[in-house]
Amino acid sequence: MLLRQATGTTAKTTLPRGCGFYRAAMRLACLLLLTLATQVRTAAEETITLVSSLPRTGSANAQTNTIVNGIRLALQEAGGTVGGFTIRYEDWDDASPERGQWDPAVENANADKALADPDVMAYIGTYNSGAAKVVMAKLNQGGLAMISPGNTYVGLTKPGLGEKTEPDCYRPTGSISYFRVVPADDLQGRLGAEYAKEIGAKKVFVLHDRELYGKGLADVFRATAVKIGIEVVGYEGIDPKAANYKALVTKMRALSPDLVYFGGTTQTNAGQIAKDLVAGGLKAKFLVPDGCREDAFIEAAGAKTLEGRAFITFGGVPPEQFTGKAAEFLTAYKTAFKSEPQAYAVYGYEAGRVVLDAIRRAGTKDRAKIIAALSATKDFPGTLGTWSFDANGDTTLRVLSISGVEDGKFKPLKVIGE
Amino acid sequence: MTLTEVVVQQVITGLSNGLIISLVALGYTMVYGIIELINFAHGDLVMLGCFLALTAVGLCGFQPAAPGGLPWIAIVTLLIVVPAFSAAANYAIDRLAYRPLRNAPKLTALVSAIGVSFILVNLGLFWGGLPMEVFGGGKAAASPKDFPDLLGYHNLLGDSEIQLTTKDLLVFAITVPLMLGLTWFVTRTRLGTAMRACAQDPTAAALMGIDVNRVVSLTFAIGGALAGVASVVWSLYNNSFSFQMGYRVGIDAFTAAVLGGIGNLPGAVLGGILIGLVRAFSDQWIATAWTNVMVFAVLIVVLVFRPNGILGARLREKV
Repeated sequence: MLLRQATGTTAKTTLPRGCGFYRAAMRLACLLLLTLATQVRTAAEETITLVSSLPRTGSANAQTNTIVNGIRLALQEAGGTVGGFTIRYEDWDDASPERGQWDPAVENANADKALADPDVMAYIGTYNSGAAKVVMAKLNQGGLAMISPGNTYVGLTKPGLGEKTEPDCYRPTGSISYFRVVPADDLQGRLGAEYAKEIGAKKVFVLHDRELYGKGLADVFRATAVKIGIEVVGYEGIDPKAANYKALVTKMRALSPDLVYFGGTTQTNAGQIAKDLVAGGLKAKFLVPDGCREDAFIEAAGAKTLEGRAFITFGGVPPEQFTGKAAEFLTAYKTAFKSEPQAYAVYGYEAGRVVLDAIRRAGTKDRAKIIAALSATKDFPGTLGTWSFDANGDTTLRVLSISGVEDGKFKPLKVIGE
Repeated sequence: MTLTEVVVQQVITGLSNGLIISLVALGYTMVYGIIELINFAHGDLVMLGCFLALTAVGLCGFQPAAPGGLPWIAIVTLLIVVPAFSAAANYAIDRLAYRPLRNAPKLTALVSAIGVSFILVNLGLFWGGLPMEVFGGGKAAASPKDFPDLLGYHNLLGDSEIQLTTKDLLVFAITVPLMLGLTWFVTRTRLGTAMRACAQDPTAAALMGIDVNRVVSLTFAIGGALAGVASVVWSLYNNSFSFQMGYRVGIDAFTAAVLGGIGNLPGAVLGGILIGLVRAFSDQWIATAWTNVMVFAVLIVVLVFRPNGILGARLREKV
């Protein structure tokens, strides 16, 4: 365009002068192109891409939005570069509008895309344990590090607690490439049952959403409850798309439990269950896991339904009770994004930080070396405390908390550190 | 609770849930009866109606009634506004998406219906994200929405273990007269006769001087109005809904219509009630996880013995 204009205008004026201008313009353009090309080439060599695969469609989005912000904050603090590499971050969606939550097909496609891109050095995700199960083996085989800010299902990493073949089926290469910065459900489910006893529950009815995460938790809860002497009067897998659970509540009423545990998330209808418990006149307390620790849960169930009867367990400390480094994170987050983080934002931040740290220590753009560096993470000065990755890729952090609901907001009740 | 009490309670729950399904199933079966189109967007129309009901409650500032009382103004307003909107929407959908394809192969209209369904779902998602006070500031467009508990909890049977609440009563009081009225309309009025004529043979009906297009539009409007009533009843009964509910509502209603004999009005009602009861009893005595399996098992058994549905074979006309 510029060249044609130049020749166009010079053609009418004196030729020699025009020729000179033309030649100069050409030379300049060539030079420009050349420098651009070399720049692009060097940039490609020195850029490392991090991707996250989280449900960005559906009601979990309010939560994952703050996780993504957490990752962005970690990158921002590192100045966008680490160990001489420019870090590029891509925020991928693993949900589909049809499902309104994570979709196995999308998750698979994301993993394939990440494996095929030689610049991608880490896969931050997933939020849902069920989604992790779908791609863990594939990413392990492809030798790409996977760091989850949200998976809590025990079987993903811990032998002997999930299915018989777990977790070996996720590690076809025999070595570990999956890490999680959030405490797993063996702690959370146990804590839930212990807390149920503490608040005086003698008979509990256990529900789950028939998903990996929800059922895993419900099983741990049930096993612990039986062990510590709480009677489990019922155990049901619900239909997360049902219009209501009134018939189920009638069944519960006949058994008169004083606490109902639901292993599930807002997306699998925790709000409707809470409503129907109240509507059915069942005076039982309602205990739910961290999948419900998001504003969407209060929004869906209605604050009135939950006040004084709902309790939410969470693997970690809620933002309301942050101290020290975590409080600094909270301030930085609020300054950067002008909003409040949800419960998992800090794990997004932590995942981002530990990945950057591993890249720095590895000092090279090599997937295997970065995995090795992640495995070697020891006494990491984390936001919620100093922690390491154990032999299974789990965080050694063991802080859990319980919240209630008051005035339409989560109210921290108790923090339990191990 | 004694066994009798549990049975009675589950019958009440099953009937309430079943009648809501029936309302939606009527819209399905009427449209199918006349133009043989399975209107996949019908369930999503119910979802949009719920959004309108919530918006109306927010805009008018309706408050829950005192225990035992009924918020009459709110109920009447919702029962006028929402069905009117749904009827207009369904009429418009027919004009824009189905009528141009009336003479195209049946599959074309079906695909068009699936497309309309997607559009409605995304409209719902958009609606849920509107920054209205009533949506809690519109924090999460996709969250299930909390519909204010206008009726409250009031057991008409006093302290009995069996709960027959104002909500259950409301479902019966709205749906049963409506179905009786519809039956009267279809069997006794001139327009109803025209509808039945079009269902039997559109060409012959046209030759007799019936404006078939007008009858089809009317059918869509009535089906839409019924969906609107279903939205109101759903919102008041379940107190929550989500932009994704349409698919399940549609599947349930479609199953009800097939179970009763598609194209058959009393059949659709019967099918809906049957599904409601099967669900309730399966939740109680089998397992919630198996409830959907039970519903479709019943459907298969019925279709094996009565391929046209429970009432499908007996009545020859489709509406």
